[in-house]
Amino acid sequence: MKYLDEYRDQRIAHALVAEIFQVTTRPWVLMEICGGQTHTIMRYGLDELLPRGVELVHGPGCPVCVTPLETIDKAIELALRPDVILVSYGDMLRVPGSKSDLFRAKALGADVRIAYSPLEAVKIARARPDRKVVFLAIGFETTAPANAMAAWQAKREGLTNFSMLVSHVLVPPAIRALMASAENRVQGFIAPGHVCTVMGCGEYERLVADFRVPIVVGGFEPVDLLEAILMLVKQLEAGEARLENQYVRSVSYKGTVMAQQIMAEVFEVADQKWRGLGPIPRSGLRLSEKYGDLDADRVFGLAALTVDEPAECMSAQVLQGLRKPTECPAFAIRCTPENPLGAPMVSSEGACAAYYQYRRHAKAS
Amino acid sequence: MSSKSIAELICPAPLPAKDTVLLGHGSGGKLSADLLREVFLPFLNNPVLARLDDQAVVAINGQRVAITTDSFVVKPLFFPGGDIGSLAVHGTVNDLAMGGAVPLFLSAAFILEEGLAVEQLKRVVNSMQRAAEAAGVQVVTGDTKVVEKGKGDGLFITTTGIGVVPEGVELSADRAQPGDKVLLSGPIGEHGIAILAQREGLEFETTIKSDSAPLHTLVARMLGASREIRCMRDPTRGGVSSTLNEIAQQSRVSIELEEWTIPVSEDVRGACELLGLDPLYVANEGKLVAIVAPEAADPILQAMRKHSLGKEASIIGSVQEEHAGLGRVMMRTTLGTKRIVDMLAGDQLPRIC
Repeated sequence: MKYLDEYRDQRIAHALVAEIFQVTTRPWVLMEICGGQTHTIMRYGLDELLPRGVELVHGPGCPVCVTPLETIDKAIELALRPDVILVSYGDMLRVPGSKSDLFRAKALGADVRIAYSPLEAVKIARARPDRKVVFLAIGFETTAPANAMAAWQAKREGLTNFSMLVSHVLVPPAIRALMASAENRVQGFIAPGHVCTVMGCGEYERLVADFRVPIVVGGFEPVDLLEAILMLVKQLEAGEARLENQYVRSVSYKGTVMAQQIMAEVFEVADQKWRGLGPIPRSGLRLSEKYGDLDADRVFGLAALTVDEPAECMSAQVLQGLRKPTECPAFAIRCTPENPLGAPMVSSEGACAAYYQYRRHAKAS
Repeated sequence: MSSKSIAELICPAPLPAKDTVLLGHGSGGKLSADLLREVFLPFLNNPVLARLDDQAVVAINGQRVAITTDSFVVKPLFFPGGDIGSLAVHGTVNDLAMGGAVPLFLSAAFILEEGLAVEQLKRVVNSMQRAAEAAGVQVVTGDTKVVEKGKGDGLFITTTGIGVVPEGVELSADRAQPGDKVLLSGPIGEHGIAILAQREGLEFETTIKSDSAPLHTLVARMLGASREIRCMRDPTRGGVSSTLNEIAQQSRVSIELEEWTIPVSEDVRGACELLGLDPLYVANEGKLVAIVAPEAADPILQAMRKHSLGKEASIIGSVQEEHAGLGRVMMRTTLGTKRIVDMLAGDQLPRIC
């Protein structure tokens, strides 16, 4: 396929691997932030091609994994109301809340619909004025512009039966929290290419300066990731800490200004709870006051519902890159995609699911 | 973010999917297999059923007869490349063909939802007739039931088929042996993507058509080239990966695929990239996977390529000894590394970003 096959080319990949071997003299711990990148690494076995000392740990960039339990519980509660149509991205349906999941709610008769675009939810609201349509608006900076667009459109049309249950998270504050942690082992980051396509890579400069940590914005194909790894190792070996952009075919310094404008119009930065990581200051987005009447929390008076997460969860360690999925005693034994114990095993972007799907045999070795 | 030892860590409460039937139980993946193993086999078990082939082969007065049944709940009823009527004929003809049987007769049961336009029903039945005629089978008995509005999805069809198995043909999913070759009759994923593209809410334009087609003449051509075929399956729901996992499990072997040999059309690849789906898990309705003895692989491949439905057939891998601790189906990637090709738990869900 044009524009894709080049980035899966065996010769280019092997040339990059050879160069990584050439420049590596010491062990390094690198983290890829995005779950999509984790999947490429597992699917193509990129970590197996690297020098022994170059370790890849997997970051918190799985939108489904970090959505707090209470958001899922709220979504289930809303979905079970006979007057509600709950619209969600497909990946959310299998994630366990504290007691159930949306697939089960659907089996009990809840009207849960999968959408590929949030504007689809607006369309349903328009077509069904007799029902209240709630869109489960989750994700990182990648889904925020489209979700914002849905709110903007609904408001413009004056739809009174449309609202959003919002749980939006931001990447830079999460990197800050990881770096500030006493247990941090990460020495260099591969920043998420899709997030940076929206936001630009400029906002990562502060992190590079504050923590003297190299950050390379990376794409999602094997050649992208190998090149990003090479760029990080070269910086680390030279004792440098700079922001670099490997994913130049998509990411600019300023990002997509129109997308940022619609986000700024609809959302405002707020404190946010992350499943597995806990609360991180100013790490999320909520609907701004102007769009407050579209906030499902407010419309349905849900704000009081809070759910305590289990005191400790293995997935927190996985999401911070402190443990590999295969180190978990439940991995592939009690915890499998058909019977997930934690969110990283549920989502197609979760690190545990990636290891399970492509690398189960690693457990034996 | 405090660190605790592994022993102190717990995960959120498990939610085993055993109490209620979920949509995923119909996906052809692990949940479907669980339902079969935990609900159906304990009550209905017998030696023929236990083979878990797509068709049952039984002897009646010395004549080996293949029987199969399949329900069709596809939505929309009409899609590029076919409709629920032609699909109901092809699906059952193919399940017979995968047992090496010559399909002869079908029955058809219709569950109609109150409010369905008779004109639509006529179109479907007409399409069934044309498909049956083209496949050389007759629909010789049938049934209709009507359910209240809201209790069905327009139209469901169940077809049952019988055919005769020629002397010397013995195909079963438990017969794969180390050294055997894995053959695939053509590019994968077309039916699933054609249906997905028609679904509400997915507005992308594509020219991808369902590959729905009867495979029995292709099978006859293959059996004409060599009888050293161990088993055949049509990789419908769950796709090629589920089919190969089933064969590997039933034969107690491993299967290794070579990524670059698996035919996928540019259009299907593009749609899958866009939606975050893997074509190996997408449904086909006019393709077959065959496990054949190594020396028979080339003659069978040549015979397949001479048939209109096997022009792009290829050898996609080989059967190996069962190795403990590894996945049943492994794939050698274009980069030379290996990964597991697992059976999915439920349906593939499009990714979020």
